[in-house]
Amino acid sequence: MAELVVDEELVTDCRQAAAEIADGVDKFISGLTTTSVERTVLRLLGVNGVDEEEVPVPNIMVRQLREAELLKEGSAHNLGRALLAGNYEIDELAGAVARGEVYLPDLIKKCRTSREEVSSFVRELTEKKARKIKEIRQEREDLKQKLSPGSRPWLYVIVATGNIYEDVRQARTAARQGADIIAVIRSTAQSLLDYVPYGPTTEGFGGTYATKENFRIMREALDEVGQEIGRYIQLVNYCSGLCMPEIAALGALERLDMMLNDAMYGILFRDINMKRTFIDQYFSRLINAYAGIIINTGEDNYLTTADSLEEAHAVVASQFINEELARRSSLPPELIGLGHAFEIDPELEDGFLLELAQAQLIRQLFPEAPLKYMPPTRYMTGDIFKGHLQDGMFNLASIITGQGIQLLGMLTEAIHTPFIQDRALSLDNARYIFNNCRNLGQELEFKSGGKIQARADQVLAETAEMLEKIAEMDLMQSLEEGFFAGIKRSRNGGKGSEGVLACSRYYYNPFADLFRKELSSQ
Amino acid sequence: MRDSGSDNRSGRKKKISGGWQEKSADVDLKLVRPYGDTLNDGQIQLSFTLPVPAGPEARAAGCTLLEKLGLKEVEVVHLRDLGEGFTFLIAYGRCPLSVDFTGIEVAQATTKTMSFQEINSFIDKHIGRQIRVVGACTGTDAHTVGLDAIMNMKGYAGEYGLERYPGFATWNLGSQVSNERLISKAVEVQADALLVSQVVTQKNVHVKNLTELVELLEAESIRDEFLLVVGGPRLSHELALELGFDAGFGPGTTPPQVASFLAQELAEREN
Ligand code: B12
Repeated sequence: MAELVVDEELVTDCRQAAAEIADGVDKFISGLTTTSVERTVLRLLGVNGVDEEEVPVPNIMVRQLREAELLKEGSAHNLGRALLAGNYEIDELAGAVARGEVYLPDLIKKCRTSREEVSSFVRELTEKKARKIKEIRQEREDLKQKLSPGSRPWLYVIVATGNIYEDVRQARTAARQGADIIAVIRSTAQSLLDYVPYGPTTEGFGGTYATKENFRIMREALDEVGQEIGRYIQLVNYCSGLCMPEIAALGALERLDMMLNDAMYGILFRDINMKRTFIDQYFSRLINAYAGIIINTGEDNYLTTADSLEEAHAVVASQFINEELARRSSLPPELIGLGHAFEIDPELEDGFLLELAQAQLIRQLFPEAPLKYMPPTRYMTGDIFKGHLQDGMFNLASIITGQGIQLLGMLTEAIHTPFIQDRALSLDNARYIFNNCRNLGQELEFKSGGKIQARADQVLAETAEMLEKIAEMDLMQSLEEGFFAGIKRSRNGGKGSEGVLACSRYYYNPFADLFRKELSSQ
Repeated sequence: MRDSGSDNRSGRKKKISGGWQEKSADVDLKLVRPYGDTLNDGQIQLSFTLPVPAGPEARAAGCTLLEKLGLKEVEVVHLRDLGEGFTFLIAYGRCPLSVDFTGIEVAQATTKTMSFQEINSFIDKHIGRQIRVVGACTGTDAHTVGLDAIMNMKGYAGEYGLERYPGFATWNLGSQVSNERLISKAVEVQADALLVSQVVTQKNVHVKNLTELVELLEAESIRDEFLLVVGGPRLSHELALELGFDAGFGPGTTPPQVASFLAQELAEREN
């Protein structure tokens, strides 16, 4: 296997710095929760549905609890009190709240059960619901045993019609053409919605809304076509935006297999408040971990605005940070799909060598991670013929360096969201190159002192330096100063800050407690 | 397209020494056809998908469709079963039509592209103050790279952006700016020109956004106080004019092209 010489001492320094950085983040958010986390807890307990105006019941409940200053004790405990006071089943209570028949704080006032008893009632409920998630996880394992998910790098394509039924059609064809993974791109506006839309949807811009029902429809369709073609087709959606943990919960319940989940994406690219993002990402990843869902981080995005030669080290530094924060959400390395991209200017002489250096370095720094490799986008043009070749070079770099998840490039990237034939052409491109060069990496060696080794050395050294600088100031300040993608965000600014609140001393999140406990004993 | 000179449209054939030119057939610029490997062979290459299962019927359907388009000697050279009742086709055909190249005219924004130095001295001489420019990616569009390429210090393709020009004062409002906010900023800073970027074109959102901007300006009777410029990968000068803008810039635009247009157009309007 072609291997670079990697300075292990520098790698240790990088991990050490990442740990210090994560400590700073932990401190920054300790004692806080968010409205989205509390809605997630309600969803995990089984609260579902919407009122006449399509407002989801978890939103209504959290709003009511907050109005009455009850939310600081956590939505779980309050739901427990309401259920006991009214002698309701969860569905009944959700329905009554949706119809406006019950105002939670009034019901809670009538609760005569002691704090301890409510708490053990809630924890029992939590165990029951968590068992369900475990069963879903087991179902995935069984299906993967029966139907293989395909050999790596897995072939990942997106569908983005805006209409879930049209998406199903495109996804099924893509699976038949050889895709291993289908991602349903979300509608442009969704990340800034502070609720999860409800039901099947047929209208979206540049993508389709992530809803529980849309997840279920796509899952069912992929299972069906997977049975026919004898492969387990994996389904992906996005845990980004103001509803990170809620979407993670829906993904867990509807057996998604992978979720985009980056610790800083919301801050950088959606201008979401830092506290809100860090709290939400922590819990959403804990859910992903418990559900056995592979996360995909978003470092590739840095290279859409910043230069990939100059910013190569920022990608790697961010991967170390994302890895450490994911680890603290109990994600094991094999579920941490760190992201990066093939975005060097194709006009650059020996550009491919630099791409190889970057891809191989990352492969060796994170040996167990199913690396998510993103295709050229920025330098794709209206010349679709050249574009197809650029995608081929990307595929070649991937097979040589053993990447895990290959998001296929589309020859029409610069023009429109993929046509049905674009996916087929990309899949043919990747399968041709992967098959033809399957073991090429095993046959090669990187020349010591050569261009590739030198580039890797340089990127690693710059990464270590950057991480140490961030550790010294803290991650929040580095974001204020524009360390990533050249984007500056203020510590207390950004959207969604009103959803951050302090916990009381009685606060608990029963799912976080249970997930952490079970995952740490594994 | 924008920079293509006009002399190659005159219809006269160019003489190159060596003799082969005289012996080969002449291009008749009044009757131009696609060129495959022989003059006037009319060869066109196409690819598309039909929502029918792969097989001889799909092939025949593809041929029929292209013949209806007017192509002759149609040949479907590749069929790919996309599954679920879809078929991808690659085909060739001979195009019997021609265009009169001498009659083609393309609307162009830039009269003459000047250099960084030339632009600054032009502004000095003809305008005598800074040109004030407000830019924004409007609507839900979050693609800032194109506008930044034109406006920010760093610029694009080795050329400085407007911010670097002493002759320009710039305000780049960034992404997802509402038309209302853009207008109020423009009024506030007494802008000479608005630079709008539109990259997302799905379902023609750009047309909707751009039309709305013009309507809002007209409603407030301030349309004529600004030069309205739009840019983006799917934009042309022609489309911009159609939508009531003063200029449109497409893919590959460089900052001096925009700066030259702004300077010359403003000079003309003020004098
Ligand atoms: C980078 C990128 C992103 C980045 C943007 C980061 C940023 N801060 O800008 C991110 C990842 C955030 C992104 C998100 C999305 N993107 Co995007 N993105 C791209 C990509 C890869 C490159 C665009 C780019 O930067 N080009 C480089 C610049 C320099 O070129 P340019 O924009 O054409 O600008 C030049 C000229 O047009 C002109 N110009 C541009 N603006 C102006 C303005 C003025 C006044 C003037 C004079 C000139 C001018 O001058 C510039 C220099 O020459 C393109 C694909 C591609 N290769 O083109 C897709 C692409 C544009 N994105 C697309 C889509 C659909 C999206 C999403 C909707 C996807 C989703 N569902 O989430 C979101 C939408 C976000 C939003 N709300 O707008 C589609 C658009 C399809 C369409 N025709 O509508 C594309 C084509 C990809 C695809 N095939 O699907 N994207």
